[in-house]
Amino acid sequence: MSDTLPAATAKAVSFRGGGFAPRPMRWVGVFVFITLIALAEWGTQTGWISSLTLPKPSDVLATFVELYESGLLFKHLAPSLSRLAVGATMGALTGVAVGIMIGLFSHVRAGLVPLVAAIFPIPKIALLPLFVIWFGIGEGSKYALIAFGTFTPTVVATYGAVDNVDRSLIRMGQSFGLSWTSIVRKIVLPGAMPGILSGLRISLAIAIILLVAAEMLGAQYGIGAYILEAGSLYDLERLFAGVVILSLLGVLVSAVIGFLERYLLGWRT
Amino acid sequence: MQIRLERVGHAYDDFEVMRDITLDIPAGKIVCIVGPSGCGKSTLLRFIGGLERPKSGRVLQIGAPPTASLNPLTYIFQDFALLPWRSVAGNISLVLEDHGIRGAKAKAIIDDVLARTKLTDFAKALPKQLSGGMKQRVAIARALAVNPAVMLMDEPLSALDSQTRELLMDDLIGLWARTPFTAVYVTHNLAEAVRLGHSIVVLSRRPGQIREVMHLETPLEDRHFGDADLEAKQKYLWQLMRDEARAADGELLDV
Repeated sequence: MSDTLPAATAKAVSFRGGGFAPRPMRWVGVFVFITLIALAEWGTQTGWISSLTLPKPSDVLATFVELYESGLLFKHLAPSLSRLAVGATMGALTGVAVGIMIGLFSHVRAGLVPLVAAIFPIPKIALLPLFVIWFGIGEGSKYALIAFGTFTPTVVATYGAVDNVDRSLIRMGQSFGLSWTSIVRKIVLPGAMPGILSGLRISLAIAIILLVAAEMLGAQYGIGAYILEAGSLYDLERLFAGVVILSLLGVLVSAVIGFLERYLLGWRT
Repeated sequence: MQIRLERVGHAYDDFEVMRDITLDIPAGKIVCIVGPSGCGKSTLLRFIGGLERPKSGRVLQIGAPPTASLNPLTYIFQDFALLPWRSVAGNISLVLEDHGIRGAKAKAIIDDVLARTKLTDFAKALPKQLSGGMKQRVAIARALAVNPAVMLMDEPLSALDSQTRELLMDDLIGLWARTPFTAVYVTHNLAEAVRLGHSIVVLSRRPGQIREVMHLETPLEDRHFGDADLEAKQKYLWQLMRDEARAADGELLDV
């Protein structure tokens, strides 16, 4: 029947589906970075961007190489990484534990959710003097600041994730007579893992931000201390070299979480 | 072991959902519960398994469950309720671990129930890799692993397409024929009820009450798809339920 129709009335149905489905594109991100850096290099070389506005990327790289060759890089990096590791681990672990308690017990939820909401918006940097008084000028106050900053977003992400665990799975566990601890360990925790990990992405980024703040007081070595020193001298090359290290640290943390997600959450559809 | 419901009634605040249900579930038989939506069939099943408490009346176990039974009252859920992060074997092992059954002993049970549900080749698969019918067979295997005295089936085939449903009904009949089990089977599908039920309990719309209990004498193995006698029974049930179902459909839900 269709071939007896005049051609004028036959028209291909226009496509209007598709989209809304992001897919991984590995090299685009790298391309964006390279383009931006190349643009900055070209701009500073030609004088289109003055050297006061932005340091030459090649100079930043040279500073970085110099930092590496003098051995100062690891002198700065090692204390920073240990502060980050200790502080973020303490904050994330207590955050996950408190978040799970809030998710499971009504009393804890009623008592702590307002408290967490009250602590969350406080700029933790403002509390640095307080931490120095409490934990001393040494490593203690730095750990505390980073831990405190990591804690609140982790709590919020974790109890949200526990709330989102499929109740029918919990009911199934009860119907098979599983003990309370088994239900928490084998059903609630793995079920909340996607939410906990995406919360960690945010809280670890905050931990890196707070690292610089933590090194504002009484730190001789550390990426933060390096950046702050360079900043107060308006030494833009060194400032940028430090910032690049922090950025790389962020990318690294994000990659580690991405790996954890692929490893732990392979069951997701 | 038998189950007896004595004058079970339930209400949410002042909203009565179930009234005065007295029912015996004899050992070794499948009792189907049908009724219009919102009549409380699934709630009734949750009472039987102790997942919820009725406001009035009581649910009794008569006689001790067999000693080999790890979990006497075992559910099969409509949405399968499989842990997506555990493999087929892991999902079955989950319900054994709490009874201290691990290692070789657990493996023997898992292998046995997987063989009975024809899933032996899929022990290592994750739920996301399975079709709906296979997922429900895993749930059945998991239920069999704990040696239930009574199986509580909450619309177990309702999430499946009609062809898969036919296949699974045959599987269930096969399982029952090999070792008869006691079951309460809640469904809104009358065809399932007349295929699988030794007796069929018809509930009225809210507040749910027993309208009629129908007994079917034909052995399960002799009931077939499109059987004229079953069709007639099914038609009769539909006559009973039709007006109730229509009225139930027109009600506002506020539970």
